[in-house]
Amino acid sequence: MAVEPKKHEMPVQEPLVRAKNFKEVALGYSPEIAVAEAKRCLNCKNRPCVEGCPVNIAIPDFITKVKSGDFEGAYDIISQSSSLPAVCGRVCPQETQCESKCTLGIKFEPVGIGRLERFVADRHNANNTAEPKIPQPNGRKVAVVGSGPSGLACAGDLAKKGYKVTVFEALHLAGGVLVYGIPEFRLPKDIVKKEVETLKKYGVNIETNVVIGKTITVDELFADGYEAVFVGSGAGLPNFMGIAGESLKGVYSANEFLTRANLMKAYDEDAQTPIMHAKNVAVVGGGNVAMDAARTALRLGAENVYIVYRRSMDELPARKEEVEHAQEEGIKFEILRNPVEILGYNNVTDRRDIKNGFVTGIKLIKCELGEPDERGRRRPVEIKGSEYVLPVDCVIMAIGTSPNPLIKNTTDGLEVNRRGGIIIEESTGATSKEGVYAGGDAVTGAATVILAMGAGKTAAKAIDEYLTKKTNK
Amino acid sequence: MYRIVKKRELNSTVTMMDIYAPLVAKKAEAGQFIILRVDENGERIPLTVAGFDRSAGTVKIIFQIVGGTTMRLNAKNEGDCITDFVGPLGCATKTDGVKKVCIVGGGVGCAIALPVAQKFKALGCEVHSVIGFRNKDLLILEEEFSACSDKLTVMTDDGSYGRQGVVTVPLKEAIENGESYDEVIAIGPLVMMKFVVATTKPYGIKTTVSMNPIMIDGTGMCGGCRLTVGGKTKFACVDGPDFDGFEVDFDEAMARSNAYAEFEQNQRDELCNLLKKGAE
Repeated sequence: MAVEPKKHEMPVQEPLVRAKNFKEVALGYSPEIAVAEAKRCLNCKNRPCVEGCPVNIAIPDFITKVKSGDFEGAYDIISQSSSLPAVCGRVCPQETQCESKCTLGIKFEPVGIGRLERFVADRHNANNTAEPKIPQPNGRKVAVVGSGPSGLACAGDLAKKGYKVTVFEALHLAGGVLVYGIPEFRLPKDIVKKEVETLKKYGVNIETNVVIGKTITVDELFADGYEAVFVGSGAGLPNFMGIAGESLKGVYSANEFLTRANLMKAYDEDAQTPIMHAKNVAVVGGGNVAMDAARTALRLGAENVYIVYRRSMDELPARKEEVEHAQEEGIKFEILRNPVEILGYNNVTDRRDIKNGFVTGIKLIKCELGEPDERGRRRPVEIKGSEYVLPVDCVIMAIGTSPNPLIKNTTDGLEVNRRGGIIIEESTGATSKEGVYAGGDAVTGAATVILAMGAGKTAAKAIDEYLTKKTNK
Repeated sequence: MYRIVKKRELNSTVTMMDIYAPLVAKKAEAGQFIILRVDENGERIPLTVAGFDRSAGTVKIIFQIVGGTTMRLNAKNEGDCITDFVGPLGCATKTDGVKKVCIVGGGVGCAIALPVAQKFKALGCEVHSVIGFRNKDLLILEEEFSACSDKLTVMTDDGSYGRQGVVTVPLKEAIENGESYDEVIAIGPLVMMKFVVATTKPYGIKTTVSMNPIMIDGTGMCGGCRLTVGGKTKFACVDGPDFDGFEVDFDEAMARSNAYAEFEQNQRDELCNLLKKGAE
């Protein structure tokens, strides 16, 4: 039988329709399409896709189950390695991970592994009514700081081993970046809620409104009977460029813009949190966060949204699907451009003019690609005298974050690196302080959901081994 | 949910509440702040800690009814609950090495200045306080300030109570009369703090100001509360809220503070109409 050369398309909302709403863009495979896509898998012997997955899901095995229509069986296989399949099926950069290694991909398009994972997880969530098997409690307490992907994964694995886990969340809602950062149209919040509810069924206790390092310190957690602590506090303070005009009204960090829109639901008319409904928006940066911010701005009613990125389309660090979706929706790419200054309204004759201090434009300089840098990416070189002004009323900075200092500053013996990331032993997540483990963006700086989830799982395993050994001593 | 244990109107636009939040009460210090949400759709607003009772597990907040959220908060009564209350956030006011201090409070800022004055007093410092209001009707906490100050001056803009004039007048007089303050702490409207700094700068007296910019998460994630201090970007939520007054770019902070003025006005009008309808 001839192999279908292309991946089965996933049904999506029409670009011009979805650009005006916050509903999910991709609609997911039907069972028929899923089975047909699964049949494209060659079930090859050396299984390179498994190596490409940061948490080594037994991909060909779950796909084999999908082929035979045993979707629940497929879910069981995925959930042995992944804590958040419905999330990762949506937000993983599969094209640089599992799918990039697919044998079929040498000649044709690789198997749509991410789409199949998403299908299996959604199918399970929609149909499964079985209550999870609650493990026998072992009476030992572990604290998890932060309820983002690393924290949820760590908490889930430990709870399944019988630990009494409490997750402390600084915000009023659990989910971390999954609720404040990634927009509804890419990851519906009901999915995150469902994952959190499942954890609760396993006996995980979630305490919102507790800032570890402020409300309670890590040392106090130990004094309170917790035998180990996992720090998954996420990325922290947003970076700015240090150019003139960044304090003008209408300049946001992507974190602020997305938090207003996602966590605080500022797009909803009933929400009490304000957000600017700008007409012309420049988003600085080329990662997933930049795409999310740009597409959110569009859905809030912007007429022109520009991605300002200093390298070319080939170097964009965002997930391919997000770039394609953004282009279809009409996001404009100002590539090979670097911001020089943000310009604001300034009526010198009337200081009380209410328009004073609001953004009117962003001055950009054109770039060309020069020699590769230490990471092998070609360095952007500014072309002298090529500056021009792009008229915008809102600028969103999506150029990364620096680790939050709250826990470091209040925890003696916790070592951090030059950039402020917590130093860990890679294979276990163990920090310099006994009983304290860490993972996710708090360690690596801004990275992906799957890497954070993997780090949470690694730490859960190590915490279990550490506590088992401690008792046996 | 966090219960309102006590509610008292300090004047027609300023309300005081004690909120039951034992974890926050256990750690709170003068100068720190909390973030609250009144209800499920509510926005997150920062309020500086106006006091705390560790044994009762309560934290005191004092707020001016200025926008939709504070109107909703003020509509709650003793025994009612608010949805979220998190803290203490930010750094506590530093007190090291200070023997004689002048606390300058303006309007509702006096609510934040009070625990700072009380803390210095408890540490054995000589505390002089200058508190200013638009008029007599807006005066708050006079008795409390009187109890923790070695010298208290009350100012009103219109002279309807105390001395007539702005807070910088008695401050300048005191300095010129030879009061040697180790530090001046100013808490109030941005424009007041700006002028306090302008008053003390020629004398080189260390001056600390408490900044209260627009915030969302309050834990160092969103960057909405950024200020320029000494030419560098600082985040009020984790680096502050106290800053060296000589270094703060007040003009920028004032410009940023009204970013959502129009939205707030609309919210306020809508809510007023709603409340009026409810009363009919």
